[in-house]
Amino acid sequence: MEPAAGVTLDNNHKLTPKELQYIIRWNSDRCKRCGRCTAACPVKAIEPTVRVQRMTFSEGPIPKPGAQRRVVHVISQVTDPERACVGCATCTLVCPNDAIEPELNERHKSLHYKNRGGEGYKRGGRRNDPSVSVLDRLKFTRISMLTDPALDAGRHEFRVRSLLGRVLPPEELPIRTLDGKLVVDSPADKFIPPVREIFPIMIGSMSIGALSPPMWEGLAMGVAYLNEVEGLPVVMASGEGGMPPRLLRSRYLKYFIIQIASGYFGWDEIVRALPHMVEDPAAIEIKYGQGAKPGDGGLLMAQKVLKLIAGIRGVPQYVDLASPPTHQTLYSIEESVAKMIQSMSMAWGFRVPVYPKISGTKTARAVLNNLARNPFAAALSIDGEDGGTGAAYNVSMDKMGHPIASNLRECYLDLVKQGKQNELPLIASGGVGKRGNLAANAAALIMLGASVVSVGKYLMQATADCFGDEHNRCNLCNTGKCPRGITTQDPKLYRRLDADRVAMRTVEVFKAAHVELKKIFAPMGRSTELPIGMSDGLSIDDKAMAERLGITYAC
Amino acid sequence: MCRLAAITSNDYVSPMEAILALETMKEGHDGSGLGLTMKDLGGEFEKLKQYPILSGVGSKKGIEMLDNYMKRKGFKLIHNWSPSLNPVKGITAREYYFARAYEVPQSCAERKFADCEDLLMQTRLELRALGESDQSLFVYSFYPDVLTIKEVGDPLEVGRFFGLDSGQITSRICLAQGRQNTNYAIYLYACHPFFLQGYCTMTNGENTAFVPIREYLASRGFPGYMGYNSDSEVFAHILHYSVRQLGMPLRYYKDVITPLMKESEINRRSDAQALLYMRQSLRPLCIDGPNCIIGFTPDGTCFMTHDAKKLRPGVVGGVKGKYALMSEECGVDSVIPRRDRSTDIFPMKYDFVTISPRAQEVTVWNQLQG
Repeated sequence: MEPAAGVTLDNNHKLTPKELQYIIRWNSDRCKRCGRCTAACPVKAIEPTVRVQRMTFSEGPIPKPGAQRRVVHVISQVTDPERACVGCATCTLVCPNDAIEPELNERHKSLHYKNRGGEGYKRGGRRNDPSVSVLDRLKFTRISMLTDPALDAGRHEFRVRSLLGRVLPPEELPIRTLDGKLVVDSPADKFIPPVREIFPIMIGSMSIGALSPPMWEGLAMGVAYLNEVEGLPVVMASGEGGMPPRLLRSRYLKYFIIQIASGYFGWDEIVRALPHMVEDPAAIEIKYGQGAKPGDGGLLMAQKVLKLIAGIRGVPQYVDLASPPTHQTLYSIEESVAKMIQSMSMAWGFRVPVYPKISGTKTARAVLNNLARNPFAAALSIDGEDGGTGAAYNVSMDKMGHPIASNLRECYLDLVKQGKQNELPLIASGGVGKRGNLAANAAALIMLGASVVSVGKYLMQATADCFGDEHNRCNLCNTGKCPRGITTQDPKLYRRLDADRVAMRTVEVFKAAHVELKKIFAPMGRSTELPIGMSDGLSIDDKAMAERLGITYAC
Repeated sequence: MCRLAAITSNDYVSPMEAILALETMKEGHDGSGLGLTMKDLGGEFEKLKQYPILSGVGSKKGIEMLDNYMKRKGFKLIHNWSPSLNPVKGITAREYYFARAYEVPQSCAERKFADCEDLLMQTRLELRALGESDQSLFVYSFYPDVLTIKEVGDPLEVGRFFGLDSGQITSRICLAQGRQNTNYAIYLYACHPFFLQGYCTMTNGENTAFVPIREYLASRGFPGYMGYNSDSEVFAHILHYSVRQLGMPLRYYKDVITPLMKESEINRRSDAQALLYMRQSLRPLCIDGPNCIIGFTPDGTCFMTHDAKKLRPGVVGGVKGKYALMSEECGVDSVIPRRDRSTDIFPMKYDFVTISPRAQEVTVWNQLQG
């Protein structure tokens, strides 16, 4: 369509800031025009510009107001949807005069425009749902009062540990009685699945590549410190994308779960390192799905595939690294998954637990039942719809997937029906710590039946001050422009992040979670073993949810 | 809180001794019920030791149902004991309290004892199922040389109500528990002691790990692991599962319910590797208390143990030939006043106290010493 009249400016196809999710509030009086905000904005949502303004001035020995037209420097918000403000507030962070901040616009229509070029909106983060999750609605209502004394989290002995790995039923243990004592019959005669005793909250899979070097290293250093100095056996999953070769050959490998996903990225290096490994990894995780983007494979955008990442993953630089949605060998769970579990087990001489990770789904029980019959399957990890990701289509994140609470619960109760609740540990994740309640969410999942709880996004927020939230704030993880230096491979950005500080915060987070778990378990009279499946301890303020989860309703 | 009184003796003793011991500990219980399980019976059951005794209570309809059922299954009534009831204020008498000795069907008599035990348990469970919905019949135990009595009310009053002071019923082992349920409904099936195929326990305190333990036991595929009207019933079933089903020596019951927490503790034991496996495989059966558990096994061994923090009291004292296992020392004083009190045993967190059959020897096994 032609403009209505000759050179008249066409404003018709422009958006106003009101269409956007975040509106920049800029205070001209406070601004000293230093330009830091515009330089720091990761999406160039603001720019310096000039305007002609009619201004009133009073000058002279006897000031007399007079009007002048002057050119002034201003900060203006760009309304191009490709450069729309993401609300990260990096501008606020760098402004010396508190002159600028983004404000959430509840009436925005930004999703209407996030499909330019016929491409769906891609982002990082997790499901944009700021409502209170089921995990946060669960309350611990069975408090030990008088009929049974509450324990003392500060003084009584506690053992907050869980098991990762297939646990043999007692009838199958190679144990017999000799002279009134139990003795183990030569274990060589029987396959005893490897089991790791770990802290029940683990660091979920976030790849080196998705995370910047200081972020990944910071978490890894924190994990090593927690194990070696604090005596807290926290394990960390690698994500798909391999691990630094030196780490693979170090004694610290035992604190890491190596992930293999459909792209097999990083596995050349891992296989090459196998003969040189001085320790076995904590476990091998076979990724079949991810709660944030069920049905999708991994995706590392080209802008994040720099030299280091390309080297570790064994790929050329600057190419999109998309893992296929399914493993190429996958034809049936009976055949392929079992084979993959066995192959991985065999690679480490059956000394390492191997388990699959799936996204939350109505079909989780079918997977579970298959694994329950596979003596080599070490666990099942279920990632609920609120799990995070470094890059995915918005539609996958917001609309696909199954909430973790009921998915986990039905799987646990299925195991109970089969009497295998202690044999196949369930690992639950997806939305843990969404509102900062890491220990409470973890404890609730444990009481619903999880043996281990996996957490990722929360750690980015807690240890590296990630801006992301469920109002779609920031969520630039896929672009390589993370303003905190967490999910970027650009040295200019990631040098902002101090790996030592990330490590320190990781240690603080887990130590605090340990204390808080004790503060939850102690009043409920539990201290020795993790209260897995202690559903009588939980209540919720919704009858339908209570019924679905098999717990009590309390209001 | 509950109070527990158990006596093991070389001579037959009246259950009234245990009840009077409970009376001395009355400040510690609310007098809401009495459960008694006696083993190695004297009195009129002394000569009937090989016959299983069915203990329970029923209405007229329930008893008719019982008779028809037992007849149909081939059980022959040998002896019937019904207490002569003394009216007591506050206790509403039910119609028929009974302890009946039966001759087992011929087919069972020819089988191994373990198979016969299964038949007896199955019979009890079927009778329970028949009479539970309309509460016309309650059956507590069906086993040779074991008799169980339960009723709601003050223990001393219940004892008088049943005329237990008459000396008609005596036993070498007597477990008595004063108080009905705490957090669950007052119900005869919720009353301790709990008995299963020769294994019996009673417990003081609430079991905070009840639900996962119940789910674990109920999913073992063993029909006797049912009921669970009380959180304490699982202690008897864990004992049965550990010792009878898994074949562990009795003291490993302690390692099942209160496994050693630290590797350094486990590594002190010569059976460390077995313990590590057990701790993993039997993880759902770990308790956190607060509990004191007193029980007996089929061979007549009695034991006492606690949760790992010893959050409930317990004391064992006596002389060779007669020992008392009580919640409080005044209970021991009531049963065996003449003894060397300095030898009384107050089991601590690692201890497992056993008293051999006929109260010949007391052993304190320390979990750390293995």
